[in-house]
Amino acid sequence: MRGAGLLYVLKSRTLLVLGAFLVGTMTAAALAAPWAAPFDPLAIDPDAVLLEPSALHPFGTDSLGRDVFARMLHGAGVSLRVGLISVGISVSIGTTVGLLAGWFRGLVDECLMRFVDVMLCFPTFFLILAVIAFLEPSLTNIMVVIGLTSWMGAARLVRAETLSLREREFVQAAKLAGAGTARILFRHILPNAAAPLLVSATLGVAGAILTESGLSFLGIGVQYPFPSWGNILIEGKETLGVAWWLSLFPGLAILLTVLGYNLLGEGLRDLLDRRASR
Amino acid sequence: MTFWFGLALALIALCAGLYLLLPAGRRPAAAADLAGRLLRRGAWLFAVFMGITLVCFLVIHLAPGSPTDMQTTLNPLADADAQRRLAELYGLDKPLYEQYYLWLKRLARLDFGVSMSSDSRPVMDKILERLPLTLGLNVTTLLLTLLLSIPIGVLAARRRGGMFDKATTLFVFLGFAMPGFWLALLLMVTFSIDLRWLPLSGLTSVDYASLSPTGKVLDVMSHLALPIFVSTFGSLAGMSRFMRASMLDVLQRDFILTARAKGLPERRVLFRHALANALLPMITILGLSVPGLIGGSVILEYIFALPGMGQLFYNAVMARDYPLIMGNLVLGAVLTLAGNLTADVAYGLADPRIRAGLRIGGAGLRDTEEA
Repeated sequence: MRGAGLLYVLKSRTLLVLGAFLVGTMTAAALAAPWAAPFDPLAIDPDAVLLEPSALHPFGTDSLGRDVFARMLHGAGVSLRVGLISVGISVSIGTTVGLLAGWFRGLVDECLMRFVDVMLCFPTFFLILAVIAFLEPSLTNIMVVIGLTSWMGAARLVRAETLSLREREFVQAAKLAGAGTARILFRHILPNAAAPLLVSATLGVAGAILTESGLSFLGIGVQYPFPSWGNILIEGKETLGVAWWLSLFPGLAILLTVLGYNLLGEGLRDLLDRRASR
Repeated sequence: MTFWFGLALALIALCAGLYLLLPAGRRPAAAADLAGRLLRRGAWLFAVFMGITLVCFLVIHLAPGSPTDMQTTLNPLADADAQRRLAELYGLDKPLYEQYYLWLKRLARLDFGVSMSSDSRPVMDKILERLPLTLGLNVTTLLLTLLLSIPIGVLAARRRGGMFDKATTLFVFLGFAMPGFWLALLLMVTFSIDLRWLPLSGLTSVDYASLSPTGKVLDVMSHLALPIFVSTFGSLAGMSRFMRASMLDVLQRDFILTARAKGLPERRVLFRHALANALLPMITILGLSVPGLIGGSVILEYIFALPGMGQLFYNAVMARDYPLIMGNLVLGAVLTLAGNLTADVAYGLADPRIRAGLRIGGAGLRDTEEA
């Protein structure tokens, strides 16, 4: 970064800065929810049913008189957890599969990659829906199932990186120096494959948040009375044409958060990608 | 259905027979190559299909709870004996591998079993009456997406960083981040409740039966306008982005330079030389987008109350109707595999360079990722 400093960063990395800002805001909201929320998100108030947004209730109240702003602050935590943990699961699986396939090649590679092909042919959303509805809808189940069905992209990416890195001199040198396979894979290859993996993980968070909100909207995500952006939208649907604030704000929050992670991912790609950015 | 299945088998047998009748030296080499590849591909598709059914079957049957819960444990009038008899009726008392074997045996005769819901209708009938709507919706969406995303991608790539490119990039980011069901809610409020231009939900109006034939078509079309718009908007972002990237990639190749150097008009360079090559990877993406479309129809049909496959599946899951769930999953898998296969065959037909190395399941995509 040259002398112009902040202005230069802002101009040359618009995507990254905008994305980081949106993601940062949402993360702060999620972390601050227990203190910042003006009301208890579960507190029912029969005297404050379906109030329009006002100074007291910035986002209005729902049909049970609960403060929508407080519910949305707590919903931010749900989205954040789902996004990070399910991507954590999918990246761990994808990395392991990709490293093994790329390092051992041959039969191991063939079997693992064929398995990836099979997974890609799955009617994934159908399966997620069925599994979660059967296992009792809960946040843990959602995170695990999303993680288990979304690791294929990371696996292909890590495999491709491993295939090219394993021929490089520093890997050969490590091998000659007597490093074990695990050490080479995790200490030498993985750190060098981290950049594209980080990009794909960031974009994965966006996808996981969208999937969770869709599941919650279908009524098989986060369960009543606990708030998530998706299940506040259920009430938005029920009061369609009556209480616009119940559909507008949660949807906007989902849109901005997903947008934030996508921008951050694209920004990171521009920043980290050695190859010409698209 | 069985008839068509038989006919297809007979045709394949006929081709194989004719081929074998030719003296070995005069068999066309290309045909032998093709036959071998089709055979390998067929075996692979079959293996994938079996894998999918096995995993789905296990996941569904191993999950805690049972479809008989609704009628027994939750019903104070039913005792343990009634539950046992009900499980026996549905074959749920048998060991899992036997249930899977029996299910496969029925599947081989294209028999998906009978729904566990109170109407006890064959799963096949229930799915077939729902399929046209979902298929129609998705095919329309795909066609509209192609029709829009190709010109958008080409124009955005023509002047990279120009006004049009910037505007569409913004639109693409919005499209990626927009939850489809939220867009649907907003559109319903605007066009159905405030403006009253379009019906709110469902497939037909109350007075549908009394409408003229033209009126009926218009009625259904007005009901489908919003769902098709939402679904197209959702897939447009990814598709136009991909088209742009593909076009940018092609535009920096040498043959484009050659075309420009020999003085061809820019229009011809873009739409003949570049477009033809940039379209190839799109075929693979189209095949890969099938599972997304099928899955997406669950939320879409739920919110617009459309009686399609997605809604059927949602209801089946909620009622734990095992045969109906399996039927839907199998059909989803078949549609996905068919989409992939069609894409690969189309890719091979469109690009002579690819014919040698056909592989299933987005091999093309992987190539572009690794390139």
